[in-house]
Amino acid sequence: MTETVNEDAEPDKAPESDPSTPTAAIAQEQLVALAPDVLADSLGDYMRAWWKRIRGGESGALPIIAGLIGLCIYFEVQSSAFLHAGNIVNLFVQATAIILLGMAELYALILSEIDLSVGYVGAVGAALALALMGTPQNWPWWAAVIVGLLTCAAIGAFQGTLITRLRIPSFVVTLAGLLGWQGVMIAIFNTDKGAVGGVITISNNVITDLVSGNLTTAAGWILFGVGLGIFATTTLFRTARRRSQGLTAPPMSITILTIVAVGVAGAAVVWVCNLNRGTVVAVEGVPWVIPVLVVIVVAQSFLLSRTRLGRYFYAIGASPEAARRAGIKVARIRTIAFALCSLTAGMALIVYASRLGSFSVGYDGGSQVLYAVAAAVIGGASLFGGYGKAIHPVLGGLVIATLTNGLALLSASVAKIDIATAVALMAAVAVDATLRRRSRA
Amino acid sequence: MTQDVPLLELRGVSKVFGAVQALDKVDFVVPAGKVTALAGDNGAGKSVTIKTISGLWEPSAGQILWEGQPVRLHRPKDAEELGITTIYQDLALCDNLDIVQNMFLGHERLRHRLLDETAMELAARKTLADLHVTTIRSIRQPVASLSGGQRQSVAVAKAVMQSAKLVIMDEPTAALGVAQTRMVLDLIKRLSAQGTAVLVISHNLNDVFEVADHLVVLYLGRMVAQGPASEFDRQVVVDYMTTGQSSRAAAAGTDTP
Repeated sequence: MTETVNEDAEPDKAPESDPSTPTAAIAQEQLVALAPDVLADSLGDYMRAWWKRIRGGESGALPIIAGLIGLCIYFEVQSSAFLHAGNIVNLFVQATAIILLGMAELYALILSEIDLSVGYVGAVGAALALALMGTPQNWPWWAAVIVGLLTCAAIGAFQGTLITRLRIPSFVVTLAGLLGWQGVMIAIFNTDKGAVGGVITISNNVITDLVSGNLTTAAGWILFGVGLGIFATTTLFRTARRRSQGLTAPPMSITILTIVAVGVAGAAVVWVCNLNRGTVVAVEGVPWVIPVLVVIVVAQSFLLSRTRLGRYFYAIGASPEAARRAGIKVARIRTIAFALCSLTAGMALIVYASRLGSFSVGYDGGSQVLYAVAAAVIGGASLFGGYGKAIHPVLGGLVIATLTNGLALLSASVAKIDIATAVALMAAVAVDATLRRRSRA
Repeated sequence: MTQDVPLLELRGVSKVFGAVQALDKVDFVVPAGKVTALAGDNGAGKSVTIKTISGLWEPSAGQILWEGQPVRLHRPKDAEELGITTIYQDLALCDNLDIVQNMFLGHERLRHRLLDETAMELAARKTLADLHVTTIRSIRQPVASLSGGQRQSVAVAKAVMQSAKLVIMDEPTAALGVAQTRMVLDLIKRLSAQGTAVLVISHNLNDVFEVADHLVVLYLGRMVAQGPASEFDRQVVVDYMTTGQSSRAAAAGTDTP
């Protein structure tokens, strides 16, 4: 969705170089205005267009996947425990909270804003939910979760209102939030009678099972089959619809290839999760949190790419003025984005607490914010606004989880892990900045 | 012009900013389905005039008539609802969105409450084809990858898409090279051939004489000449733009107020 400018020629210079023959200049323009993937008719064309796109600054997912595979090989060579089923599933679970935080941050990044408070806003929601479902309140888990998430959304809407109505930069509002919501989180721990020594232990089975409960191996395969079936049908159906209307559609080979790739990746995940990873008793099956994550990612992807609201996020991120003139209520849409950001952060922190089985007042929401931004940007979203897809935090979250998990296996110190993550983030931002600058020049 | 009701008419429109008289009793007509050029040197009041017509600023005095009826334009939305679309020099396009997405921004078509990309793409394709915008390879490419002339075309097509009756273009060729200018001028002609009135703000007389059917010249906030473009020649217009009067025009008997 971003700029795919061919760096070999500059559009506006073309006519001036040969003013006597405007038709020649316009023909040259056609070459310049190539938009790769929508033009390709064959597999070969597509590959060429794809390569051009990478050089033009829109690298897509493959370089990150390649990097991920490279990291996995490195860690496996260094420590044979890395590719053990138990560790891989652990890595997936570690990644889910980071992915969700990255998705939260994605809403802010698309709008060309930043939300530094995601770590503690999510923590307020999670702490509230856990306190409500624990003793002595004993709310049903779903009611507690709904209240926790709605609280997060309300906080996001409040911060969004300060940003849009009072025109305070999001950086400042959410920096204050980073501190302020930590205070609120501590207050919840202090008030809750169920919190012992600053720790709320999760007593509810549904919430602990979110991460530690597994689908049966058969259920895992069935769910995977159904999911892949839906994906394949909708993809094929959409391509067929475009073709029948006489519109360009990606070549059939690419559509099939995409479906096969998704199928293979999904099958690999289910297969690894279904291996017995227990040491004493058999532990096998896909953790519940994975299908839950898939549903959230698909829903957010749908929101961003198929609804009017999502379209307006991107429009505002690129040009608030153009959006305003198109009649879009910019302030309201931006506020909604901040509310969605905080809501997703709440989901992330509930998953985080579920993994640990408890939630401690010593939780560090500051470093979680860095993970959130890093996940989105490493995955391919842009810090400069207007660009980013739901898949980006998924890829970025996996990279960060792989880094932290692998380094921990190598018994690296916390210091080393922090530095490695920071370097990965800086590298991703540097790539982002360079590519955006080149495609805008 | 006399037999038909003009699409837009300004009668004695004045605009005062504090002590500055930006527009002084400006009268002119914009005939329906034709290209009107609004010419004038810097500071002549061209920008103030179009901002008044597009509802950004209310006139201090005078009347604006739309299809013969007096109208009040308090907000840009009022002008938009009448069918007046203004394309400013920045074009108001989102670089990250593709051509279809830009053309429908703020007016997306929905199907089952979701974006109906197919319908929008078909409609966008038809509009561009009607305007003979043929240099664009794919309408699914982001606007950032387009040349200046192509961006201008997308902005015009967007206005047409929203069924504008009057498209106001502010210096549409100012930043363009020769071939690109050619492309935009052709586009303006086609737009009027389709029955859409165009008001072009320009101080490039080549462009003005190339496309305009009707000419209005402003000088220091006053309307100093208007009439069918065929009644003017270049030198006369230069005189009006620079001095507010023309002895040559008086000699030739051109109609002046």
